[in-house]
Amino acid sequence: MKDAKVIELDEVAIRFSGDSGDGMQLTGTLFSDATALLGNDISTFPDYPSEIRAPQGTVGGVSGFQVQFGQKQINTPGDYAHVLIAMNPAAVKANAKFMKPGGTIIYDSDAFNEKNLNKANFKTDDPFGECNLDDYFKIPVPISSLTKEGLKDFGLDNKSVLRSKNMFALGLVCWMFNRPLDYIEEFIKNKFAKKPVVVESNVKVLHDGYNYGMNMQHMTPSYLVNPANIEKGTYRNINGNHATAWGLLAAAEKSGLELFLGSYPITPATDILSALSERKDLGVKTFQAEDEIAGITSAIGASFAGDLAVTTTSGPGLALKSEAIGLAVMAELPLVIVNVQRGGPSTGLPTKTEQSDLMQALYGRNGESPVVVLAASTPSDCFWYAFKAAKIALERMVPVLLLTDGFLGNGSEPWRIPKMSELPSITPRVAKDAGSFQAYKRDSENLAREWAFPGMAGFEHRIGGLEKNETGTVSHDPDNHQKNTEIREEKVQRVVDMVPDLETCGDDEGDVLVVAWGGTYGHMISTVRELRKEGKNVSLAHFNYIKPLPKNTADVFSKFKKIIVCELNLGQFASYLRDKMPQFEYHQNNKVKGLPFTVNELKQSVYKLLED
Amino acid sequence: MTDLKYTIKDFKSENEVRWCPGCGDYAIMNAVQRTMAGMGIPREKFAVISGIGCSSRFPYYMSTFGFHTIHGRAAAVASGVKAANPDLSVWVITGDGDAMAIGGNHFIHLIRRNMDLNLVLFNNRIYGLTKGQYSPTSDRGVKTKTSPFGTVEDPFVPGQLVIGARGTFFARSIDSNIKLSQEVFDGAAKHKGTSVVEVLQNCVIFNNGIHNAITDPNHRADRQLILEHGKPMLFGEENEKGIIFDKGKLKVAKVGENGVTRDDVLVHDANEPDPTIHMALINMQLPDFPVAFGVIRSVSAPVYDVEMEAQIKTVQQTRKIKNVDELLSSGNTWEVTTENGLTGKDCSKFEFK
Repeated sequence: MKDAKVIELDEVAIRFSGDSGDGMQLTGTLFSDATALLGNDISTFPDYPSEIRAPQGTVGGVSGFQVQFGQKQINTPGDYAHVLIAMNPAAVKANAKFMKPGGTIIYDSDAFNEKNLNKANFKTDDPFGECNLDDYFKIPVPISSLTKEGLKDFGLDNKSVLRSKNMFALGLVCWMFNRPLDYIEEFIKNKFAKKPVVVESNVKVLHDGYNYGMNMQHMTPSYLVNPANIEKGTYRNINGNHATAWGLLAAAEKSGLELFLGSYPITPATDILSALSERKDLGVKTFQAEDEIAGITSAIGASFAGDLAVTTTSGPGLALKSEAIGLAVMAELPLVIVNVQRGGPSTGLPTKTEQSDLMQALYGRNGESPVVVLAASTPSDCFWYAFKAAKIALERMVPVLLLTDGFLGNGSEPWRIPKMSELPSITPRVAKDAGSFQAYKRDSENLAREWAFPGMAGFEHRIGGLEKNETGTVSHDPDNHQKNTEIREEKVQRVVDMVPDLETCGDDEGDVLVVAWGGTYGHMISTVRELRKEGKNVSLAHFNYIKPLPKNTADVFSKFKKIIVCELNLGQFASYLRDKMPQFEYHQNNKVKGLPFTVNELKQSVYKLLED
Repeated sequence: MTDLKYTIKDFKSENEVRWCPGCGDYAIMNAVQRTMAGMGIPREKFAVISGIGCSSRFPYYMSTFGFHTIHGRAAAVASGVKAANPDLSVWVITGDGDAMAIGGNHFIHLIRRNMDLNLVLFNNRIYGLTKGQYSPTSDRGVKTKTSPFGTVEDPFVPGQLVIGARGTFFARSIDSNIKLSQEVFDGAAKHKGTSVVEVLQNCVIFNNGIHNAITDPNHRADRQLILEHGKPMLFGEENEKGIIFDKGKLKVAKVGENGVTRDDVLVHDANEPDPTIHMALINMQLPDFPVAFGVIRSVSAPVYDVEMEAQIKTVQQTRKIKNVDELLSSGNTWEVTTENGLTGKDCSKFEFK
């Protein structure tokens, strides 16, 4: 017997891919969790179709889940996969372009029949050749028939048997990467606690897959990826949407307010609504409204009544909320609006990621209607930016719009759990003196008005969308409107004193400054790090505060010969910067494919800039 | 609570009321203020929420908490107010354009949820603030600035929408009848659930006299049926006419004629869960029938804000997680104890300022 081939890697990316009914998202998630528990840093990226069940076996129905893990810091799910698990020919076709040269493809050979090859529109019976995957290490495994064989004594129907073939694949991959099965077994036992047959059959198939790998050592390589060195602490895996929900919960607790969420389901933001609906134990009031407008207006009502009020949505939903955001601006009520961006315009690419709502967030309303705009940059820091958005809203009496995106919302990474005592305080501007209260009397420093809500005796007052004077009386005075329009803008600008200075990753001066914002952080930091390793004089300035911009932004920009703004749209942030800081020249790298950047393409754009 | 002695003045704000002279809105506000003064509820616990339109300026004229919001959305804003603080007495002020057109969606869903608040629908069957276009309650064929040749669409009957959305309370009043309005508002305030009160309101500028056929003092007794729970449905100068049920339909009959006796006249039961008769009463119109006023329907059903609070309490009693620290460390977590580790992901460490 030959020795098993062991490949030692710093980091490895695996892509699980199959039909949208094959359970690939669950398989990927379980593998990622088991891997994180073992001490690897990870980053995940689910990539699924917008149809619930596209026709089986077609390329349009392929659902994928990529995870990268390693013994060093992992910032992205990886441009290309070292290993592809393909449950059918369509999965090969859909993922060929995401494979690392020389990678490994494990495929369910039972599914590679004429019928499925036809469904995936292959012209020959050589799908790998057609996809230029000849040089890859291919491992045919009769996953379907081995699963059937393993479960023949369970008395299950054919459909139930085939449903657990993803566990075979998972067991096999766990062997390849030396992951213990106990976490996954525990998960299966909890999830199907009421169905012992399902638990037994899934655990059996999982072990069958693992043992198959062990027995086939002569043909299957195994990989060694050591645990990462990461900061001490207690960790958990978290995706961006959960982190956002939990950040809001933390803000409610810190501010001593009840949390109200008015929302309407929309992909990919719905998980925030679901996560908060689960938290009745923490007193959260979730209101599934009849539409997006009722989502935000109910939140505005809750804010008027003294709750920490939030609405969550995605691109087209934000468009519907525009008028109501204007009302919150005019009423100067605290409100957090979360937009989990997706591909657009209109319905666009609902399950894919993009950063093209920036202009909508900044300007997409009638009248001069300024709000604070923040953007989270990793799945786990959605927690912090949601918390910060609430802090700014409550302390400055201003709507705050938090931009995340599908990549962050669905993607996950390990997160060191903070203690609530480590979090800063939040002091809502609740009015205290009824004698001196006036609805639009302002703090001289930050221009915020005071918050008084129904139930507070002596503070009775009226607010609304019409322009008011300081006492809260409706005013059509032209000078008053000019003054208030300027104040509302200035109030947002003064939030800059809550914004940390922009820091560069890399040197403070150099040849090229890569500028980016929001959810592209992981790809950007990996790119800049690799370029610097190659000796290039390149740094990164990544923005989380869009309006207002950090006050040292121009200083940072001025120390670089060239600036390139990279974003998943046609140049919205670049346009904004040209408007705010016209003294610099901005190069652009833009991608609008519904997919994250790849480190490779980012590097190419910087090389080009360095050569020019 | 009970020793509160408010008068109508306590509910008037310092703002100048800017409705047109003779507008029906004055009388409706007067009735609302009188009702509130008599409710025994501290003034700071009132929240008056409106949308857009003439009627929606209402909160500015009240010395309670008020919020003049955006077109059609008052019901949704008010839902948020009530859900956030069920302890408040929440009033929604809206018009036929605001509630039936742009706000139609929110109107029906508010009723479906049965949020415990009071919605006063000013129905003048015209758009007043935008100066005289037909509204969703304007009759087919009516000529306005936007229908110079007459409309080719049928109107909504607000009460039908309320019943259709499984409403628990519907009443109808007339702007000029402050006493009736006050009684009806009082009933609405006491009802647990969404109370919809349609007030027939006169727009002196753009639709003057639209309700005259009903309100004309010379014919009032014959054209108005004032319903009272438990009382027979009698009307006419001498209470000589009554509503009877005949062959599955309501019918007007004269007591003493064709063998109809006082006992044949229907007795109003506002609390009957089956909406059949209530719907028939809502549908009665001139000239064959008098128009029904008063509390037409008032039935009990679960209330959203009460249920929401109760569910939270139940879950809090049964679940283990009591605070955010416990939540963050719940589920699958693991410890990293390496001393020589990296210090977080460089440059992504969150900083507070």
